[in-house]
Amino acid sequence: MQPCRLAASDLACRRGDRVLFRGLSFALAGGEALHIAGANGIGKSSLLRILAGLLRPWAGSVTRAGEVGLIDEHPALDPHLPLGQSLNFWQRIDGPTDNEAVLLGLGELLDVPVRYLSTGQRKRAALARLVGQAAPLWLLDEPLNGLDTAAIATVERLIAAHCAAGGIALIASHQPLAVPGLARIELGQFAA
Amino acid sequence: MSALPTLLRRDLALLIGGRRGGVVMPLLFFLSVAMLYPFGVGPDAPLLARTGGGVIWVAALLAAILPLDRLVAPDLEQGFFDQWALRGIAEEMVIAVRMLAHWLTFGPTLMLAALPAAALLGIEGATLRTVELGLLAGTPGLAAIGVMIAALTASLRGGAALAGLLLIPLAVPLLVFGAGSLATGGESGLALCAAISLALVAVTPFAGGAAIRAAREG
Repeated sequence: MQPCRLAASDLACRRGDRVLFRGLSFALAGGEALHIAGANGIGKSSLLRILAGLLRPWAGSVTRAGEVGLIDEHPALDPHLPLGQSLNFWQRIDGPTDNEAVLLGLGELLDVPVRYLSTGQRKRAALARLVGQAAPLWLLDEPLNGLDTAAIATVERLIAAHCAAGGIALIASHQPLAVPGLARIELGQFAA
Repeated sequence: MSALPTLLRRDLALLIGGRRGGVVMPLLFFLSVAMLYPFGVGPDAPLLARTGGGVIWVAALLAAILPLDRLVAPDLEQGFFDQWALRGIAEEMVIAVRMLAHWLTFGPTLMLAALPAAALLGIEGATLRTVELGLLAGTPGLAAIGVMIAALTASLRGGAALAGLLLIPLAVPLLVFGAGSLATGGESGLALCAAISLALVAVTPFAGGAAIRAAREG
């Protein structure tokens, strides 16, 4: 895995008229995992979009080295296409990989159009896309939403394996996560 | 750059096969306008032949509006543009590919459909040639305006209705010179129409890309 780094310094985020958080700083090197916890609406998703470079921070700066893989509420899979074809599109862009769909228990769903999949199945499909991307920087926004206990264990295993291989994982979630060496930041402490 | 053929293949599959109508809807729409026009103005053959070219142009413009609401908005909603941005695929490139795919799905088919439409309206010979050349020169411009407007209105509520309204004034120069070349019979109208098309095709990727990024910040 290519060397990666993710650091935020004195980050602040404003949505509309409200400043959601300010003064947030951290630095992650390869192999580290960080859990961003906090109540709904505290700015976890905005923070991830800022870290991914999709949103400009109100103040502060982000340093990033390495490609970003992002999971959020949008699976970015064509709703009317069978799951296999939707995932194939990303595979053609990201380059061929092993059958990550089977790894996530999606093997039997490849012929089902994405719009018929449940929330949890869609989340697993997005995770399959993420694994196929092979990006060293993982930004996961509520990756456990809608997942059953077996799938949650799989995700925790995937994150642990990713970090063991030298990748960075940053997880925004209100749910607890069992990943070895997981650091934790309460975003509520930085609320403005 | 290896993503380019993949993007084009997906765009074409979505526009032709997938959601709502595909290539057939603009085609049927175009032909039915050409068919209804003689009923509207009556069976006056010289009048039909004189005004028919303009009707073909207006029908082409309206047919190009049909797929506007599914050109950009669904991909923005479903997070495709975010994922492309993370992979270093520029919005400008996606929009340029989208423009090509949009033109491929309605430009050539309209040029073909103009043949039966011209027969219905009694247009022949040199006039038909001018109509076809005009469509060849003007439809890329129509495709460009369509994609630009679709990108600008993608994040707006009720964007689809607004898109049709915005497209029409922007298409006026194309119509003036494209349909105008029929009245004057000169090549200069066609040349100006092609020039406007080229300018629109050149500007659209940048305008569309900026619109997508602005929508993301919103």
